[in-house]
Amino acid sequence: MGALEAIAREPSAPLRQRGQHEVFCGLTSIIWLHRKLQDAFFLVVGSRTCAHLIQSAAGVMIFSEPRFATAIMEERDLAGMADMHDELDRVVEELLTRRPDIRLLVLVGSCPSEVIKLDLARAATRLDRRFAPGRHVIAYSGSGIETTFTQGEDNFLASLVAAESLRDASEKPVSLLIVGCLADVVEDQLSRLLRDMGITDFAFLPGRSGRKVPAIGPETRFALAQAYLGATAAALESRGACRIDAIFPLGEEGTTAWLSAIAAAFGVTRDRFDAVTQAPRQRARNAMTHYRPWLEGRRIFLFPDSQMEPSLARYLSRELGADIVEVGSPYLHRDHMAGELALLPAGITVSEGQDVDRQIDRCRAADPDLIVCGLGLANPFEAEGRRTKWSIEFAFTPIQGYEQAGDLAELFARPLMRGAMLAGLAPRAEGAAP
Amino acid sequence: MKLSMWTYEGPPHVGAMRIAASMDRVHLVLHAPQGDTYADLLFTMIERRPSRPPVTYTTFQARDLAASTAEIFQTACRDAVARYRPDALLVGASCTAELLQDDPGGLARIMDLGVPVVPLELPSYQKKESWGAAETFYRIVRAMAAGRSRPAEIAPNSCNILGPTALGFRNRDDVTEITELLRKNGIDVRVVAPLGASPADLARLPDAAFNVSLYPEISDLTARWLQKTHGMPFTRSIPIGVRATHEFLAEARALAGLDDAAAAAVAGEEGERLGWYSRSVDSTYLTNKRVFIFGDATHAIAAARIASQEMGLRVCGLGSHMREFARDLREAAAGYGLEALISDDHLEVERAIVEAGPELILGTQMERHIAKRLRVPCAVISAPAHVQDYPARYSPQMGFEGANVIFDSWVHPLMMGLEEHLLQMFRNDFEFNDAASASHLAAIKPVEAQPATTPSEPAPAAQSARVPWTGEAERELGKIPFFVRGKARRNTEIFAASRGIHPITVETLYDAKAHFAR
Repeated sequence: MGALEAIAREPSAPLRQRGQHEVFCGLTSIIWLHRKLQDAFFLVVGSRTCAHLIQSAAGVMIFSEPRFATAIMEERDLAGMADMHDELDRVVEELLTRRPDIRLLVLVGSCPSEVIKLDLARAATRLDRRFAPGRHVIAYSGSGIETTFTQGEDNFLASLVAAESLRDASEKPVSLLIVGCLADVVEDQLSRLLRDMGITDFAFLPGRSGRKVPAIGPETRFALAQAYLGATAAALESRGACRIDAIFPLGEEGTTAWLSAIAAAFGVTRDRFDAVTQAPRQRARNAMTHYRPWLEGRRIFLFPDSQMEPSLARYLSRELGADIVEVGSPYLHRDHMAGELALLPAGITVSEGQDVDRQIDRCRAADPDLIVCGLGLANPFEAEGRRTKWSIEFAFTPIQGYEQAGDLAELFARPLMRGAMLAGLAPRAEGAAP
Repeated sequence: MKLSMWTYEGPPHVGAMRIAASMDRVHLVLHAPQGDTYADLLFTMIERRPSRPPVTYTTFQARDLAASTAEIFQTACRDAVARYRPDALLVGASCTAELLQDDPGGLARIMDLGVPVVPLELPSYQKKESWGAAETFYRIVRAMAAGRSRPAEIAPNSCNILGPTALGFRNRDDVTEITELLRKNGIDVRVVAPLGASPADLARLPDAAFNVSLYPEISDLTARWLQKTHGMPFTRSIPIGVRATHEFLAEARALAGLDDAAAAAVAGEEGERLGWYSRSVDSTYLTNKRVFIFGDATHAIAAARIASQEMGLRVCGLGSHMREFARDLREAAAGYGLEALISDDHLEVERAIVEAGPELILGTQMERHIAKRLRVPCAVISAPAHVQDYPARYSPQMGFEGANVIFDSWVHPLMMGLEEHLLQMFRNDFEFNDAASASHLAAIKPVEAQPATTPSEPAPAAQSARVPWTGEAERELGKIPFFVRGKARRNTEIFAASRGIHPITVETLYDAKAHFAR
């Protein structure tokens, strides 16, 4: 079946299938966004399912009161017995009274709020006026009928870019904007490299505070640090900013290409670029060397999850010598992904969207050495005696930049090392599918 | 609209998934957007299930709303039946699809799928997970067993066990324990459902004499229906704790028509150790320790009884997130002179815990986190629980072995707390401080003496109505062992406030001690 599909297709055309999508919805992005923006609070307007999803995906980590919550719609809201906007105002009031530390309140749309066409943008405008100037309110949609997993961050950043109230009109637009949520440690590393190259007027989006967004204008150029930012890029472009095209900063090659595109845009000389990056490039290559024996020649199958999959496949194949069997992504952005796809070896199946049952069939038939997939699929594959790597970790772990190139390799190598260590143990769990 | 930080229960369709995942040869088609597939990981990650739950999600998208989501649903049903060939197909909708009003039940029924279709109504905006599980179990039992007539000859000692499910707290081991206990006592378990049952097994339910309703949150509705429709009586006592297990066996034996005289010597009792462990002198320190209990109704009520009657603890708080069982909770709580806390707001539960100032918390995963924050010992007694509460070892909660497991798992965190206290008490001792090397390792001196760390005292639980203390009184309070220090502080402050004493001196501390020593 899998082979026939592959033959029937144009070599460059991705395989597109309609069926069950085994991916998180955009609400899941809140798990890392709320950690990044320390004065922001994310209020999902949705159902009990939304609340349950976020806490399940977050692994019920409640060592402190989280900076996210759900305004759960109830029967009386839907039956029209209560005015939804009045109810929302009441919940927001209750929340802000309890959390005076919150400076940016983010209303997050969900599947049910989208289906009943609850206008959260309007609610945000109203509430923003009401709580000004100390607090700001914006809105975006993280609903599963429109977004998968990382697209939640994309919509959030796009709404940050669009929010007039978060901008200081008198401020001069920033020259370089690095876009996409990165771990603080990665930001610090990239900042040092940029400054060493002589680029000093730059900012990150999102920053560590939600209160203020850098000024953006026609003189702003931006580089995407994450692969899933189509809406954000469009929002920035609509303000006149110009995208620096590059592959994504994963691995030594990706990081170099990404930095080099920025350096070229800012007129950094080749010599200076080499002087700044030479040592970290060597470190990255050295760090990856440890894991290359585990991954070289190994056949890897990537299920769709975060849209980083084409970049991860490029990294695995070009820097670690792995054979990619199939690379799935929930969505392929034509322009942003063009560079990555061009670097993938010919003959790889690239799939967009998902029919999970048929993809599992293809995966079993291909019998790869490592399967990169979501948490719902990992243990069932392990119980069949296959090795897996949870893809959600790529969204939570610092993997970008030179100093993380080795860590990223380790994430892929660990399940294989572990498999070798446990080779004497029966892989099949009690009651596993044969 | 209700503000919620964390929820004790998922939506009702997750309850339906728990029934489907519990059973064999059943498949659930859920009309739901992408994202709702998150629920798979509850089963594959938390319970470490080796297979995906038997659930197909239609995963419709915004662009489908303009076209026909009903058609997507029908395609999903057809594909699921062709691929998984179930003996029964459950169909339902999650919260978003409920708003579309596609009527999955009606759509599936007219499709001629060649398998029995059980339509589920899962009102997401009114009900929750346990309700959804109970309702789904009831619907599928009805579908399979309604038309059945009971055989002419029924062995009086035959029964079914109803209620254990996927993601239930220790359900797998409870079933093993109770099945074996019943067998030893002359009672034959025919069908266990939903855990491990097929639709054909459900059709056999009326062939047994009576039912054991093990988890009323899930099984009560079904047990009542089987009683009404097929005249099958069912057990009411829940065998958690030594006394309750005795009562349960007596009840089951009575329903099985076994004579009472033999019940004096209950088979299986020989393995029970909770009674002796509780009587042994080293357990004296448990006496009147304050325990706060919160969880599902069955486990919370049972835990309170064990705490007070079998381990000599004092119940200082009792509650549940299940409104459906509020009456039972209130009744039980009244027996301890308490008002039951019925709430699904974990912040309200936290407030109640702080107020009660317990020395041990028995609860769900939520209370475990609250306990961690307050630095109070805690054991998990009820779902929702996290991955570590689905242990590899055999660890039932029910029956005599269950009582043994409970003794160990409640005492263990208290002992850990006690050890921590001893470490603190001796922290300035000349030979136990961090800078000193262990005396038996005298030959090896530490290279560099570390400054002795002084772990900060656990935050006093109750911060309200604070009367100032003199420095001397504070120091005296510090000499009291930490596990009673909170109580001493609270009592002294209540005493001082009631007499208008300001500030609290060493005298006040001892006056209060004498006052409360009754």
